[in-house]
Amino acid sequence: MEKILDVKDLHVTFSTYGGTVQAVRGVNFHLNKGETLAIVGESGCGKSVTSNAIMRLIPNPPGKIADGKIMFKGKDLTKVSEKKMRSIRGVDISMIFQDPMTALNPTLTIGTQLMEGLRQHQQVSREKAKKRALEMMDLVGIPNPEERLKQYPHQFSGGMRQRIVIAIALICEPELLIADEPTTALDVTIQAQILELFEKIQDITGVSIILITHDLGVVAKIADRIAVMYAGKIVETGTKRDIFYNPEHPYTKGLLKSVPRLDVQGEKLIPIDGTPPDLFSPPKGCPFAPRCPFAMEVCNKMYPDAVELNESHQVNCWLQDERGKKLLAMKATN
Amino acid sequence: MLRYMLKRLLIMVITLWIIVTLTFVLMVSIPGSPFNSDQTSNEIVQANLERHYNLDKPYHIQYLLYLKSIATLEFGPSIKQPNQTVNDLLGRGFPISFELGIVTIIVAVVSGIILGILAALRHNGIIDYMAMGIAVLGISIPNFILATLLIQQLAVNLEWFPVATWSSPKHMVLPVLALATGPMAIIARLTRSTMLEVLTQDYIKMARAKGLTPWKVIMKHALRNALMPVVTIMGTLLAGILTGTFVIEQIFAIPGMGKYFVESINHRDYPVIMGTTVFYSAFLIIMLFLVDIAYGILDPRIKVNNKEGE
Repeated sequence: MEKILDVKDLHVTFSTYGGTVQAVRGVNFHLNKGETLAIVGESGCGKSVTSNAIMRLIPNPPGKIADGKIMFKGKDLTKVSEKKMRSIRGVDISMIFQDPMTALNPTLTIGTQLMEGLRQHQQVSREKAKKRALEMMDLVGIPNPEERLKQYPHQFSGGMRQRIVIAIALICEPELLIADEPTTALDVTIQAQILELFEKIQDITGVSIILITHDLGVVAKIADRIAVMYAGKIVETGTKRDIFYNPEHPYTKGLLKSVPRLDVQGEKLIPIDGTPPDLFSPPKGCPFAPRCPFAMEVCNKMYPDAVELNESHQVNCWLQDERGKKLLAMKATN
Repeated sequence: MLRYMLKRLLIMVITLWIIVTLTFVLMVSIPGSPFNSDQTSNEIVQANLERHYNLDKPYHIQYLLYLKSIATLEFGPSIKQPNQTVNDLLGRGFPISFELGIVTIIVAVVSGIILGILAALRHNGIIDYMAMGIAVLGISIPNFILATLLIQQLAVNLEWFPVATWSSPKHMVLPVLALATGPMAIIARLTRSTMLEVLTQDYIKMARAKGLTPWKVIMKHALRNALMPVVTIMGTLLAGILTGTFVIEQIFAIPGMGKYFVESINHRDYPVIMGTTVFYSAFLIIMLFLVDIAYGILDPRIKVNNKEGE
């Protein structure tokens, strides 16, 4: 399958008065054409920073991409000029933000905000831009598009605004769509509608999607593959099937146990004890070790290499490493 | 929209009436009369003069006569400058004061906003510190001190600009500079702080994510939102500039309204006091109304029109 995006060893740091925060510490993942990759993890684990790094929207200073490559269609996005990057943003890669209440400019009409990306990148006439805008409004399911174009964001409900945000992101027909917690700020019934909209859009346009979320329910619905992120690193990647049925990293297992299930009666939710590490001085070894019920001595000393469990499923955990398995066996015989 | 306008118009008339009444009460409660300083006139002459200007009538009649003069916009003759009516004085002085005021506002708003934007974009950089340094000076130094400093340095020592009077654009530079620096400083500081806040908003990030140029992101998306508080304080600034013109006109010997306004109070020139007060109040009230309208245009969430059923 053709890779549309390949992130290699990405490091992002933020300089603050208190020191340097290592928000993303060597992230590797790729995205195939037309698939949906979900990046899952708790707040502060670096999901959003990763997505902003791909868009090169990290405020600099204080933030910067310290190391690594972001290969998009053969170009390294960490190296291209700002001007070139502007011609990629909105055209090849688009982004959807978490809170539709704040993502739209309150002083401009929906029509203006919808069309300005198109008019910036493609030399189209007003009428053509408007026609395209109406098509997009129709695609994302907004009734009375003609009239709605002239209205302002405060005249729309939350769900409708998120549909507008999606329409804005898709108007230039991007190949990659990054959705940063697109349903978090919406209520549950609207969430389902928006997720269905994502599926519909992917069917029609074939766009590849990176979905940033902490909601495993959302992931189960629309993701093809999942990357689990913890403390600035990706600890496990696999297909939806790999992650939900055969989770191998203790953190992934913990995440799945802390989600309520409807198919099991009277099951208790088990939270993961402890808190994520301080990213001012991240631990040398596995960052999850202090919270991990299976932690060994080696976990605190060295970060485990990626282990391939099958061709789609990778995990960074000493429990799956051959050397770690030997240690376990030695412990058992002693 | 029409209903709102009518409602506002009614409120404006009521406001004006309150101002007129208060001014009248203050005016008659100050001791003295326009003819006190005339040593030559004897009692009969004074009585005749008072009758001529209706000053012998009881206060409530005088008050009604004033209201009538305001309603008909005929403020009558000046007592101290008998050959001229109040309308003559206003017609001569106001265009000059207006010119000074308008140029000052334009200079203050444009330079204040530019300074504020530059400071916000180079947050904590040299431009930021410089702009805010200028702003602090501008807020702290009263305009009459700045005016004399400017005259001393730029007019007397360097001879770049004329010392006083009002005849060419070159004459405008110093008074406008003296008058505009304070409001400019306030606008610059306000623009900077709101701009900094707006720049962290999601919609700015979204505008950048669309691939817009930094210029478009700033001018189209950020500035409009950052200007909202600036528009809000415009009303207060306008009042400040208006009263500031009195002082500045005195210092630079500009033949505007300020002179008549101050002199009329010293001389108890009742028709001129009334005329200038009403004129200035009406002007300010109309300006504040325009500010409110501008607010509605800038921010669509603030509805100016009270549509029925909404």
